[in-house]
Amino acid sequence: MHNKETVMISRRLFLVKSMVAGAGLTLGMALPGCSREEAAQESLPEAGPGKAGGAVVAESHFAPNAFVRIGADDRVTVIIKHLEMGQGTYTGLATLVAEELDAAWSQIEVEGAPADANTYNNLFWGKLQGTGGSTAIANSYEQMRNAGAAARHMLVAAAARQWQVPAADIDVQDGVLRHAASGRQATFGTLAELAAQEAVPETVFLKDPEEFRLIGTRVPRKDSRAKVNGSALFTQDVQLPGMLTALVVHPPRFGARLKDFDASKAKQVPGVVEVVGIPAGVAVLANDFWSAKKGRDALQVEWDETDAFMLGSAELVAQYRALADTPGSSVRNDGDAGSALQSARQTLQTTLAFPYLAHAALEPMNCVMQRTPDGVEVWNGEQYQTPDQQAVAGVFGIAPEQVKINMLYAGGSFGRRANPHSDYLVETATIVKAIGGRAPVKLVRTREDDMRAGYYRPLYVHKIEAGLDAAGNPVAWHHRIVGQSIAADTAFEGALIKDGVDVTSVEGVSNLPYAIPNINVELHSPVHPVPVQWWRSVGSTHTAFAVETFIDRLAAAAGRDPVVFRRALLKAHPRHLGVMELAADKAGWGSPLAPARGRGIAVHESFNSYVAQVAEVTVHADKTFSVDRVVIAVDCGIAVNPDVVRAQMEGGMAFGLAAALNSELTLEQGRVVQSNFHDYRVLRIDEMPEVEVHIVTSTQPPTGVGEPATPVIAPAVANALSAATGQWFDRLPLQLSV
Amino acid sequence: MLTLTINGAEHRLDVDPDMPLLWAIRDHAGLTGTKYGCGMSQCGACTVHLDGKAVRSCVTPVSAAAGKSVTTIEGLDSAAGRALQAAWEKLDVVQCGYCQSGQIMSAVDLLTRNPDPTDSDITTALSGNICRCGTYVRIRAAIKAASRALG
Ligand code: FES
Ligand code: FES
Repeated sequence: MHNKETVMISRRLFLVKSMVAGAGLTLGMALPGCSREEAAQESLPEAGPGKAGGAVVAESHFAPNAFVRIGADDRVTVIIKHLEMGQGTYTGLATLVAEELDAAWSQIEVEGAPADANTYNNLFWGKLQGTGGSTAIANSYEQMRNAGAAARHMLVAAAARQWQVPAADIDVQDGVLRHAASGRQATFGTLAELAAQEAVPETVFLKDPEEFRLIGTRVPRKDSRAKVNGSALFTQDVQLPGMLTALVVHPPRFGARLKDFDASKAKQVPGVVEVVGIPAGVAVLANDFWSAKKGRDALQVEWDETDAFMLGSAELVAQYRALADTPGSSVRNDGDAGSALQSARQTLQTTLAFPYLAHAALEPMNCVMQRTPDGVEVWNGEQYQTPDQQAVAGVFGIAPEQVKINMLYAGGSFGRRANPHSDYLVETATIVKAIGGRAPVKLVRTREDDMRAGYYRPLYVHKIEAGLDAAGNPVAWHHRIVGQSIAADTAFEGALIKDGVDVTSVEGVSNLPYAIPNINVELHSPVHPVPVQWWRSVGSTHTAFAVETFIDRLAAAAGRDPVVFRRALLKAHPRHLGVMELAADKAGWGSPLAPARGRGIAVHESFNSYVAQVAEVTVHADKTFSVDRVVIAVDCGIAVNPDVVRAQMEGGMAFGLAAALNSELTLEQGRVVQSNFHDYRVLRIDEMPEVEVHIVTSTQPPTGVGEPATPVIAPAVANALSAATGQWFDRLPLQLSV
Repeated sequence: MLTLTINGAEHRLDVDPDMPLLWAIRDHAGLTGTKYGCGMSQCGACTVHLDGKAVRSCVTPVSAAAGKSVTTIEGLDSAAGRALQAAWEKLDVVQCGYCQSGQIMSAVDLLTRNPDPTDSDITTALSGNICRCGTYVRIRAAIKAASRALG
């Protein structure tokens, strides 16, 4: 331990008011939302994230702010405003509080926050509570530490008052306050009631990074136990008394409408209770899943396909390729790429195609909703709490505050549960409304529904032309992107569409880091009814591949090694360079490989984190290939929990690898071809390479880790295959030509 | 009426004999640790043990389980089961967690048959279990750790 004097001096002063006070400090009172969570809990199995570990926290004695509650039993409950969907946010945010509180990790419990745009908003997003863009740790970094520090301050003040000693002489460690001179000590729990009477501090001191004892270390995940013994509660698991399970038949094509349906056979299926038409299609409600499914199979539905989308992916790619030959909206224009291309010694050109992709979280979309005397209650793994609250309120014509949300774990999301149209919540709400709210409803999507009811990573075409001078240096880069806008016609339009350019369509190219004097980037955003949405790492899912594979082509044309070539062009970007050098070094870049093997590198920044990956592949005699080893280097600022960072690098890479190798959602005459995991292939254990993760040591504030590993693997693998075969790749998933 | 023995307890269930065992376990016996992911034997999320052997409960009619002993994640108490759950927790294998009941049930089946599996044994035994979060590196490591712990 540092001596106290030094600690006090080196701690930076932070204003609590700006970070925590907006929460409405409610000393000694239970938080808004707790009582209703407890009420809801009565009918639910234990151990959802609302009550991690399964225990209901004892009477709350000390709640200095909206994020921390300390019970007389020494348990510290951290209220988490973000969704835990696997990325480790419950662990990460709790670590921030525990650090500044000087609590023992074992006494920390976590609880999902109720929806509240004023108290629990994402600080990067204004008055909106939601999780996404790999922002959970980054936006909460000081807020949660402030919350912990404020609680610590009040506990120390209470001890000082009771022991009649100066607060500065009190040490706190692992949940115990000590006064060395008098030998007095007390735990958080015994001081909780007294601390609640202390004034909430206006300012607190936060630790300097060198004083951290939890941040930067591996503390165990808070959700592991419940997830290995089957007690973790997902939306799929909610059972309420009298609850009906609803399955919906959706139109066979996007844009088609319900014309008529005949429910007579469906209603004869035992267990089926009701069949109702809703805007999204027809809902069959039954006492259990199986009856609802049999009922739905027996249903006869007619659709009006007048406005239905009838094109296939192949036609879309052809249309987009034609568009890519015409000028689009200007995204970035440095110098004069047109003239520079004309005067270049050598020019290269490519057109690339990327398919629609489904998120295919292992828990298909679902939602539980109930009309209550006060409004509506929702149980869901909520990624957009307050927009969803508004959308549901809109269906019932009630105020958003009348929609109570109970947070559950999400069985993956990858962006899907952050739907800007609140699609599956609105669908559930319309069903509850259609039955007059007389029973709680669990909407369940089968895997087939989940895959075919829409919301995909858009299909994209990129066209790139670049020129090299006589010395092999790139002098011009002209890049056109064609693909639907995700933000158009959503509440995010104002924030994300600037001068006709959806920034999420072009991120990764608009900020191309390579030192090329003439850069021109353009965008076309065709409009049609195929529903699109952000998919783990959003624009980078396609831009990183386009840029990083084309850089390798330029390097080859210049006769340079891909690492040497990049090094010369990234001089102004030390963090890109840092991860590239680290990955190359750890992977043994340049060391010889056996025949039919190849090594490829890619480096990309997304969500303010920098990731480089080196992939090693083997090409087999039958023209199949395997990815054997992946070395990942990441710079995400301070790694709050290095093991969680590693897990996100492994898993994020695996998610991108699935799209590089196998995943592809195609339309034929407007219908989605794929339906389940046999034809929409995702990564299995036999395709998982060996993975090594190296984290750059940093004192910069933490940035996201949920997404940045995903976009880097496809270009790294493609570049490795190119190195092994000489073939260049212009589409995903990757295919070797025979 | 159909009698199922799940985790040693008898459940008398009034269900359609065609109903997949998965839904009998989840909707009627109220044990929700066993998950639905695909309904067609593609993902392994629904893996349970029937007389000690791993089966996909989403494609097993409940009638086929009558008179047999069903074990779900909630009832796992074999030495292999405990060792695997401990290794899973120690290595923080889980991310979203949705696949993990099924992964563990498949791993228990493997270690029960083959206490010292090779990498390729692990690959074969677990290739029917999808983890969309990509926790495969740790699944493999946890199975090896549990195998070592069991001696
Ligand atoms: S739900 Fe049974 S294998 Fe997927
Ligand atoms: S942990 Fe999410 S699917 Fe495996």
